[in-house]
Amino acid sequence: MSAVLLFWLAGSGLIGLAVYGLIVNPHPLCKLLALNLLGSGVFLLFGVIARRGAAAGLGGDPVPQALVITGIVVAFSATAIAVALLLALHAEAGEASLDQEDEEP
Amino acid sequence: MMETGFDVVLALMLLGVGGWSIIARNMMTAVIIFIAYGLLLSLAWVRLHAVDVSLTEAAIGSGATGLLMVIAAHKVAGDSQRVVRLSRGFHVLAAVFATLVAIGIASLAFVLPGAPVSLAAPVLERLPESGLGNPVAGVLFVYRSFDTLLEKVVLLLALIGVWALARDQDWGGVPGLRLFQHPHSVLMLLARTLPPIGFVFAIYMTWAGADVPGGAFQGGTVLAAMWILVMVAGVRRVPRVSSPLLRLAIVAGPLVFLAIGFLGFVAPGVFLAYPDGLAKPLIVVMEVALTLSIAVILGLLIAGPPRAKDSA
Repeated sequence: MSAVLLFWLAGSGLIGLAVYGLIVNPHPLCKLLALNLLGSGVFLLFGVIARRGAAAGLGGDPVPQALVITGIVVAFSATAIAVALLLALHAEAGEASLDQEDEEP
Repeated sequence: MMETGFDVVLALMLLGVGGWSIIARNMMTAVIIFIAYGLLLSLAWVRLHAVDVSLTEAAIGSGATGLLMVIAAHKVAGDSQRVVRLSRGFHVLAAVFATLVAIGIASLAFVLPGAPVSLAAPVLERLPESGLGNPVAGVLFVYRSFDTLLEKVVLLLALIGVWALARDQDWGGVPGLRLFQHPHSVLMLLARTLPPIGFVFAIYMTWAGADVPGGAFQGGTVLAAMWILVMVAGVRRVPRVSSPLLRLAIVAGPLVFLAIGFLGFVAPGVFLAYPDGLAKPLIVVMEVALTLSIAVILGLLIAGPPRAKDSA
């Protein structure tokens, strides 16, 4: 049972780290990375729930596991779109930072 | 005891490496650390007895997402040297907020219901009727096949979204993947020797996925990796996005899935239901078509929107 608690704590710690990165990093690529980290932390919590549901000779509940697989794929699709948008912005504006202090008129 | 020690080290490494990817100054460094983090995370999934998720995380979460971000980090490298000018107070505020979020979620561990809810027994109860041995594949293709169908459509929509970012004059051209065509490089050697092995491995993973961890998605990702290797090394050309054969490969998976779904209206009478005794063969047909489509879509998502018509 301790592994379950341990990975739950790791998952919540990762979510915290990702939230911090999402706020303070001004570059969209860093934000995208933080968002992926945030997602993986949430998936890890899902994994812990699945592990708690170990029954009938299985090591974990297969339903949340299947949902996480779908989630990882959807997160990848969103990342692919975000990267394409980011690169289009970069090609258009010469850079892709959201740091407004340096904005030139 | 030994296992607990391993788990503690793994959890600490996840937090350490995850945090490092957040604070790393150079963007390329951050992305490469993120890939390492994804591989550590797939170890954690094995520890949570979710090998199917572990394979998906290693292939998609770490590999494909990492590759996308490496390409992006390379292209925006000029931006990365910029100094972040945020006040110290703002940093402290963000850190306090993030800590509160983490503590809030962590404390939920102690209020989870005592008796875990589990669908494992109901899943196993009728799994033999589908002819599948892997309960996760059973959930993906039998109990929640509607989710799986929509997931493939999301991939398709993502590709349409990426292609929609092409400039008008580039439409119908070749994706702007950067090539490294050096005749005597290691990349060239790998692009010529690795694909046959990867091909067999991908087919094995898809086929074995019915009974043991694996499946169309993991197999498709391995195929996509081989295709990208071959395209980047210039062994084979990147195809034009207007190629009819390419488009057929992209929609083959979702179309076969939908066709079998509608077949359900004829035999058992419900959308996405399988006729008695035919579940396994139909699922295998679907998985084969899906593997092809997933491989092509993933490869094209990583290759990016079409660029100039005459390049490549």
